[in-house]
Amino acid sequence: MIWNSPGEFFAMGGYGLYVWGSFGVCLLALIIEPLLLAKRRTEVLRSLRRELSIKEETR
Amino acid sequence: MSTITWKYASPQHFYPLAGKMIPWFLALTLVFGAVGLWLGLFVAPTDAQQGQGYRIIFVHVAASWMSMFLYVVMAFWAGVGLGFNTRLSSMMASAIAPTGAMFAFLSLWTGALWGKPMWGTWWVWDARLTSELILFFLYLGFIALQAAIDDTRRADKAGAIIALVGVVNVPIIYFSVMWWNTLHQGASVSLTKGSSMAHTMLLGMLLMALCFWMYSIVMTLLRVRAIMLERERHTEWVARLQEVQS
Repeated sequence: MIWNSPGEFFAMGGYGLYVWGSFGVCLLALIIEPLLLAKRRTEVLRSLRRELSIKEETR
Repeated sequence: MSTITWKYASPQHFYPLAGKMIPWFLALTLVFGAVGLWLGLFVAPTDAQQGQGYRIIFVHVAASWMSMFLYVVMAFWAGVGLGFNTRLSSMMASAIAPTGAMFAFLSLWTGALWGKPMWGTWWVWDARLTSELILFFLYLGFIALQAAIDDTRRADKAGAIIALVGVVNVPIIYFSVMWWNTLHQGASVSLTKGSSMAHTMLLGMLLMALCFWMYSIVMTLLRVRAIMLERERHTEWVARLQEVQS
């Protein structure tokens, strides 16, 4: 452990904006992408179920 | 062996296999990420020249490596799809592209945030930065071209050509710091210094790269499963799936 206090950790020796700007955007991107993919899957499954039920009704 | 390979080359058989693989690669992503972040943010000591600012390296290098690696993998699958007309190969190429584009963007973004305090500028038109920007545009071009063509087979072929032509850019990015006099530092990952500091830095960086790699596999598998459902929507195997039936 190299930090003496949480404040020191967040300040990153004066580079806080740059370091957290990098890590933060990476984390954000890595969270948004799976959420978008989950949405895409839900949508295609919903439309597939709808198609299937229409097919069964017309049968 | 070859019969097993051919079996999983069909979307029908690869779909459930991909579903089973996802949790394992997700677990690896989280483990590598947790240990990598711990080493990078809490264990690796301060850099003598760049202070704490150098810690951007842990996401910047990993994102840059993945952006180049994923492009090569994407071009490979696109090429296989073009050459052998295998449906799954082209779907894999399409599934990789958005994640690759995201890593190319993250590479540029973190690079800008690193460049500002160290070089005094967010951006310079030097060989390394420009070729990485071209990589980002190649990904976007691939995605846009495929989206613009309605016939999926033609979209796959057009995309494959862009992917294969663009692959020459990857060695250009990699060797740019040697071929041209650039502001960007060379591949000087302190392997030669051999100090304990270099070791924790290097280990943290490799773990973050592994984390991003495993993450890319998870995203590719998730996306290729969605693409399979979208493209094969009128087939019998999709209609019979548990998640479609219920």
